[in-house]
This record gives sequence, structure tokens and C-alpha cells, in this order.
Amino acid sequence: MENSINIKLKVWRQAGPKAKGRFETYELSNISTDSSFLEMFDILNEQLINKGEEPVAFDHDCREGICGMCSLYINGRPHGPDDDVTTCQLHMRKFKDGQTITIEPWRSAGFPVIKDLIVDRTAFDQIIASGGYVSVNTGGIPDANAIPIPKPDADEAMDAASCIGCGACVAACKNGSAMLFVSAKVSQMALLPQGRVEATRRAKNMVAKMDELGFGNCTNTGACEVECPKGISLANIARLNREFLKASLQD
Amino acid sequence: MVKIDAKIPEGPMAQKWENYKANQKLVNPANKRKLDIIVVGTGLAGASAAASFGEMGFNVKVFTIQDSPRRAHSIAAQGGINAAKNYPNDGDSVYRLFYDTVKGGDYRAREANVHRLAEVSNSIIDQCVAQGVPFAREYGGLLDNRSFGGAQVSRTFYAKGQTGQQLLLGAYQALMRQVNAGSVKLYTRNEMVEIVMVDGKARGIISRNLVTGKLERHFGHAVVLATGGYGNTFFLSTNAMGSNGSAAWKAYKKGAMFANPCFAQIHPTCIPVHGEFQSKLTLMSESLRNDGRIWVPKKKEDAEAIRAGKLKPTEIAEEDRDYYLERRYPAFGNLVPRDVASRAAKERCDAGYGVGNTGLAVYLDFKSSIDRLGSDAIKARYGNLFQMYEKIVDDNPYETPMMIYPAIHYTMGGIWVDYELQTSVPGLFSAGEANFSDHGANRLGASALMQGLADGYFVLPYTIQNYLADDIATPRMTTEEKEFEEAEKAAKGHFEKLISIKGNRSVDSIHKELGLVMWDFVGMARNKEGLQEAIEKIQAIKKEFWSNVRIPGSEEDMNIELEKAARLADFIEIGDLMARDALHREESCGGHFREEFQTEEGEALRQDDKFAYSGCWEFKGDDQEPELHKEELKFEVVKLVQRNYK
Ligand SMILES: Cc1cc2nc3c(=O)[nH]c(=O)nc-3n(C[C@H](O)[C@H](O)[C@H](O)COP(=O)(O)OP(=O)(O)OC[C@H]3O[C@@H](n4cnc5c(N)ncnc54)[C@H](O)[C@@H]3O)c2cc1C
Ligand code: SF4
Ligand code: FES
Repeated sequence: MENSINIKLKVWRQAGPKAKGRFETYELSNISTDSSFLEMFDILNEQLINKGEEPVAFDHDCREGICGMCSLYINGRPHGPDDDVTTCQLHMRKFKDGQTITIEPWRSAGFPVIKDLIVDRTAFDQIIASGGYVSVNTGGIPDANAIPIPKPDADEAMDAASCIGCGACVAACKNGSAMLFVSAKVSQMALLPQGRVEATRRAKNMVAKMDELGFGNCTNTGACEVECPKGISLANIARLNREFLKASLQD
Repeated sequence: MVKIDAKIPEGPMAQKWENYKANQKLVNPANKRKLDIIVVGTGLAGASAAASFGEMGFNVKVFTIQDSPRRAHSIAAQGGINAAKNYPNDGDSVYRLFYDTVKGGDYRAREANVHRLAEVSNSIIDQCVAQGVPFAREYGGLLDNRSFGGAQVSRTFYAKGQTGQQLLLGAYQALMRQVNAGSVKLYTRNEMVEIVMVDGKARGIISRNLVTGKLERHFGHAVVLATGGYGNTFFLSTNAMGSNGSAAWKAYKKGAMFANPCFAQIHPTCIPVHGEFQSKLTLMSESLRNDGRIWVPKKKEDAEAIRAGKLKPTEIAEEDRDYYLERRYPAFGNLVPRDVASRAAKERCDAGYGVGNTGLAVYLDFKSSIDRLGSDAIKARYGNLFQMYEKIVDDNPYETPMMIYPAIHYTMGGIWVDYELQTSVPGLFSAGEANFSDHGANRLGASALMQGLADGYFVLPYTIQNYLADDIATPRMTTEEKEFEEAEKAAKGHFEKLISIKGNRSVDSIHKELGLVMWDFVGMARNKEGLQEAIEKIQAIKKEFWSNVRIPGSEEDMNIELEKAARLADFIEIGDLMARDALHREESCGGHFREEFQTEEGEALRQDDKFAYSGCWEFKGDDQEPELHKEELKFEVVKLVQRNYK
């Protein structure tokens, strides 16, 4: 049952935001193909620590594909070679014995490197802060069933809402655009009566914030949709564009 | 000496909360602006509290160890959230939700808190819908409900299998709206490492900026800890990798009592451990037990052949399978509560009938359901779970049975709080999984999300005012004061000491050792000798840690090994207190099973005459034994009876 492989890793190491980075090469043997990609990293780090070296810093938390914390550019693809999964859900059975695996951080103007493979994605929080919500306070709210919502709308809103904020869409985009992320939130809210009220204002503010933070323009390459681990659809970008158009007509 | 006063309001159970609100002190808008509140944690409890405080006009500082508030462990909750809406008209009510929660907790929770939880549950659903949380709906456009363990009604609201994610995003967005408005200041990748006490009150924190390694001082008129549970004491658990008990432990060392540490929940349906480098365990939703049948081989030879890879489960004839839950519990079968199902799996594996290459797994078989309903029906119900299983294990559960094994999942114990969610340290509050308040010895499914949001949206915004109303004349302190300086010095000393050990072992290797001791002796089934042995073993691990851990790098930089080491230092002590609490509690109740206290059929046996209390531990000094205080539980409304699932 148990299979194991030997692999060579080329890992990006960078001591700090301003330090110069470089690739380091490491060899690992007898990696069980049942282990996850991040467990393979744990093994690497255990070996580095035992040699007295600094382990490789990388982001992760839930390790089940939902928190959006893990990142990594693996052999040129955000979240690696498997489809519809995050890096933490990737398993070593997707790699061959003797293979060289190149691992880099997300590379994008909007996400500066903090250390090794860790990048700063707080720009996403700033975009949400600029309008990614319904403006209601706690309490004094009508009954949850006061406004019926057609099931197809609710389901579509749920699909858009399943974005985990990982940033793979930005990392995959040659322009470094955050349109897929922004459009997922704008769509979710625009589809629901509670969010509809502020839909145009929200679209305008979030796009303005995205531009201000140095993310690039969307030229419809579609690379984001391919790499998104949660299957967020390009249709959301079309909806965002419609909201945005409405906003500019109102100005 | 701490005095235990739960501050339960006067009046009949159903009116206590109303009475409280009618008589509490409030802070007027002009004064709110002069008051600072620190919230540590941005899970459901912390994010909802911080957002609400900001909306009310307080100055809020909120802290999280992740890079964004949206990544708190709450994001991973799958199944749903309870509320007493009674939309399906199936006989639910505030009383019934209250009753089910007290009973499900095996009569070890404080009635007044649980009743309030049930009362505010409905407002949570209203609030979340208003925020744009996309709950599942029926074709008529109204909200859909499902049923969950421990209840005879359908009261669980859900958003696909991602309920925690959607609720947290709702709270996170409310929080970011306040950040935008300037009422909340957000500190990410920033870990609280010490609580600052001034004249016996909590007045701030020392935190470590995880990017630069620098220590920071923050003042607050009050401090709220919403830092989650301590399940990761076991190393392997369903919790996120960063979940930890350190903030609670710092509070304990500053005089906050720690209540019922031994009450931990083991979930029966998790993907089994595959090897020594396993880093965490993945939960498979409890709902699978509705259609899956649990079994192991009847013959030991078969189990051995399976473990050796010579036999497949599908090759075992029907009469050679032992459907042990159906055999032992004919009335409930595969749907017995979490603790009963978990112990039964362990019993079979310990007896040598376990499967998988480790022998620590049992089968969850969907064959008869697929034969009966067709694989499309099963796919519609569990498709996403089957896919997740296949990605991890590389086996197709439509064709071969799933393998499952129990794992640590949730901690009911935590920081002791009174009715106002205030700890035994004045000005220090605690919310969510970090406190011990509502679930007694066992938590029902879909009730943790409810409690986190109840605490944050609808309880603390009231009760914290009752405290702060007396503080309106207290000016903001500068953090140059000696109390801040001393607290920072203590924290700095702690990190320097850790770095200077320069031993030979990684943090994880010691954490794994602790986890094994916890699992073997303080896990699903406990006994006196085992617990005594655990306490000794944990002492040895503590010694090993403080003399032999190796942390590369420096403390004045991003240093992930140092973060882990500081948390492990606390897990080791938490493990010790869990074992002590389990040893002292000579009864079985909920998630705490003492082998000496069971019926002839192996069921948990409570000792209500001796143990109908919450065990509250007071820190007495690093080399001293902690002191036990008892909060007697008075049951005014619910009658105590033995659970029976036969
Ligand atoms: C896999 C899984 C599935 C679950 N499913 C369900 C379900 O279906 N229904 C249900 O009701 N419950 C479920 N639960 C339980 C529930 O998810 C948790 O109990 C709940 O989300 C805890 O929320 P919280 O706000 O108390 O803490 P958490 O969400 O754990 O948040 C803790 C916060 O504290 C921060 N923090 C911790 N320490 C520090 C520190 N020292 N300094 C600064 N910040 C700190 C963290 O960064 C984080 O922001 C599930 C749990 C798991 C593991
Ligand atoms: S849209 Fe997809 S790739 Fe982009 S942040 Fe969301 S989940 Fe990640
Ligand atoms: S670690 Fe949470 S999504 Fe990968």
C-alpha cells in the first residue's frame, strides 16, 4: 500500500521584506505518497532544525482547504498541479519519484514578500473594508424569514461567497489583478436583497480601493478562474462590470 | 483566595436575562468614546464582539495571530448553527433548546447561561441574514433546516457544508466596516503574550508582533479573550494548526480560574492517522452516520490480513462482519452520541479488530444504502465529503468502505466566567470556546457557533457596559507606567529563556510526545492509575522541553519555531491540569469517561451526589499544586436523569 518517493526541492528563501532572495536546493528521500504537500514541508523543516538551520517559513492553518492561509507557487502553478484544491489539500501522490519541485511565494505587486514563502495579503482586508459588507449594526433586525429569497439566487450567492481569500487568482494573473476576488464579493451581495441596496456604491468603492492598492487591470485572460481552488466563476466579473457601469452612469 | 460568585440574576429562569438587562448599568454615548476595549481573537466570538463594540461607539483594538481576521479557526466549521426558530413547526421552543443543551451536556452546565443562550439564538439568525449570509433555502424562498445529533427537532441552519465560513465572513465584514469607520483598530499577525494588571484589574496586554518579533504594549479599560479552545494539547486534532490555549493560560496565571479542563470532546468520524508525519486530523461530518454502517471484521485473522494488505474489506462476507454499534445499541445503532460511538471504536481496535495499516480504524460502509437508494442519492447527500475523503486517502468510498477513527475536536472546559462572561479577574472577560460556559461535559453539534455569536453579538455588548459604567472617570493610561514595563520585561524574559535552551529536539517532536501521552491516558477512556502515570510523564516532558528544545533564529524576527515553542510550553501545563481534573472527577459524564464508573453494559455513570459542580482551578505558583474550588450547580428547572441509548 505504502509508496514512497525521493524528490528534489528548489525553495525560495528570503530573510525579510527587503532582503535579496535566492533558491536553495534540498533533497528529501522516502517521502510517503500518502503525505500531504505541507506534511512533506514539515519533514523538510524537521531536518533543517536538526541540522541547526532555520526552517522554511510558509503560511498555513486549517490544512483542509477552507481558511485560505496556505499559498505557494508550485512548479509554476498557484496551489500546485492538482485541480480544485488548495496547497494544503495537495498530496505527494501527484509527484513522481526523482522529480524536482520548484516552490515560490505568490509573486505580485499587491502581495509583498514578508519572509521565505510568506507574503502580505492585508490588501484583501483593505478592499473588504472599503465596502464588502451590508451596512447594518447588531440588533434591531427584522425576522430572518421576512424577505423570501429565490433559492437559485441564494445558491448562486453561496457559490460566490465560497471564495477563501487565498489570492491565487492574483498570483495567476499576468496583470496582478484582483478582479475575481472583488467580483465574488460584489456578486454575492448583489444577488441578495439585503446587499442589493448598496450594490453599485459597493462595486465602485471596492474597485477604487483595488486600483489604489496597486493591483493591475483585468484583461479577461481567464487565468484566475483556472487556478481558483474554489471554482469561482468569471461570470462574477461580468456582474461586477455591470454594477460598475451603473455606478459610473450615476456619477 | 478567590470567591466564586456566578452572579446569576434573580427571578424565574425565563426572566433572568430580561431582569438583568432591565437593571444593569449603561454607558452613555459621550462616555463610550472615552473607553477602550481590547478584544483578543477574531473567530466568531471575537469578531462579533469587536464589531458590536465598535458600532456602539467604544474604541476597540482587536488582535489575531493569523494574517487576516477571516482566517480564524471558526472558518472550518461545517455542519451548522442551532436556533429555536421553530420554522419547521415541529415543536421546537426556547425551552426545548435550553433543555436539550443542559441534558446533552450531561447536567454539568449552569442553567441560567444556557437559558440565555437559547433565548438569543433566534436573533443570531436574523442578524446573519441581514448581513448577507447565504443560508440554504427552500424553493419557497424561506430558510431550510436540518437535524443534528441530540435533538428530536430540525433546528440547524446551514450554508452548504461551510456554515462556519459564512458566519465568520459575516462577522468579519461587520468588523472591517468598523475598521473602515475608525472605531476598531486591527492588529494582525499579532499575538497576545501577557495580560497587564493594574490595581487588581486587567488593564491591557503585551503582544508580540509576529512579523518583526517586537513586543508591544496596549492599554484597555477592559480585555476580552476570545481565543478558542485548547484541543491541540493532543497535537493531533481537528483544530487548525495555530489553535492554542496560551491566552487562556496567561489569564489563569494572572488569577482567572480554569474550569473543567478535563471536559474535551472526541469526535467519532475523522479520517484515521496515516503515518508518523501526520500533522492534523480531518473531520468527516457526523451526518454520514445517517447512511453509513460501522463495522470491523468478526475474526481476528481477517483483521490481521487486512492490516497486512492481504485482504480487502469488500472480500469479507456479511456473516464475518461485526456491526458492533448495531449489536450493542439496537435502539440507536449507528446514531448513538459522539462519546459512545468513539469509545466503542476504541474498544474494538484495542481488542485487535482494527483495520487500516495501523489497526487504528474502523469501517463506515455505505454499501447497503447505495443498494437501497442508489449511488446518485448518496452522492447528492454526501458528494463533497466523499470527494474530500478521496483526495486525502485516495480511495473511492462508493466502492470500498471509508475508514474512520475518533479524534479530539472541541474543548468544553475553559476559562471560568460568571453570568456576565467576566472571569475571576475584574475587567477580564472571555467568550466563545475559550470560556467554559454553556456546554457542560459535552457539546451538542451546531451549538458552538451559536454560543460564539451569542456571546459576541448579544451578551457581551450588554454585560461589559455594566462593568465599564464604573470606569467612565478612569483616564486612559499611558503604557509607560511601571505595570506595563514589568509585564513586557516578563514576556521578554520568557522568550529569551526559550531561545537560549539550544537543545537537540524540535518543538514538534516534543509536542507529538505530549500528544501521545494525552491520547493514551487522558483521552477517550481514563482511569486512576493511567492519570497518575500521565501526570508523571507530563512532568518528564516538561523537563525535557525546558532543557532540550531547539529553536533556530532569533526572537527579534519572524520566528515560527519560537511561536510554536511558547504555545507548547503552555500546552504541557494545560495537559497537566487536564489530567489532574480528570483524576479528581471520580465519575463519568459527557466527554469524561472514567473506566471505574460505568454500568455493567459499559455506559457512563454520573455521581450527582458528589460531582454536580464545575471544577474551578486556581493557580497557586509555578511549583505549587493548583487549588480546586467548586461552583455548585443548582438545577431549578431540569431534572437529572441517566442517559440511555439502548
Ligand atoms: C472541523 C470542525 C468543525 C466544526 N463544526 C462545527 C459545526 O458544524 N457547528 C458548530 O456549532 N461548531 C462546530 N465546530 C466548533 C466551532 O467551530 C468552534 O468551537 C468555534 O468556531 C470557536 O470559535 P471562537 O470564536 O471561540 O474561536 P476561534 O475561531 O478558534 O478563534 C480564535 C481566535 O483567537 C486568535 N488567537 C488565539 N490566541 C491568540 C493570542 N494569544 N493572541 C491573539 N490572538 C489569538 C486566533 O487568531 C483566532 O482569531 C467545529 C470545529 C471543528 C474543528
Ligand atoms: S477568487 Fe478563488 S483564487 Fe481568488 S482569492 Fe477567492 S478563492 Fe482564492
Ligand atoms: S491551510 Fe487553510 S486553506 Fe490551506
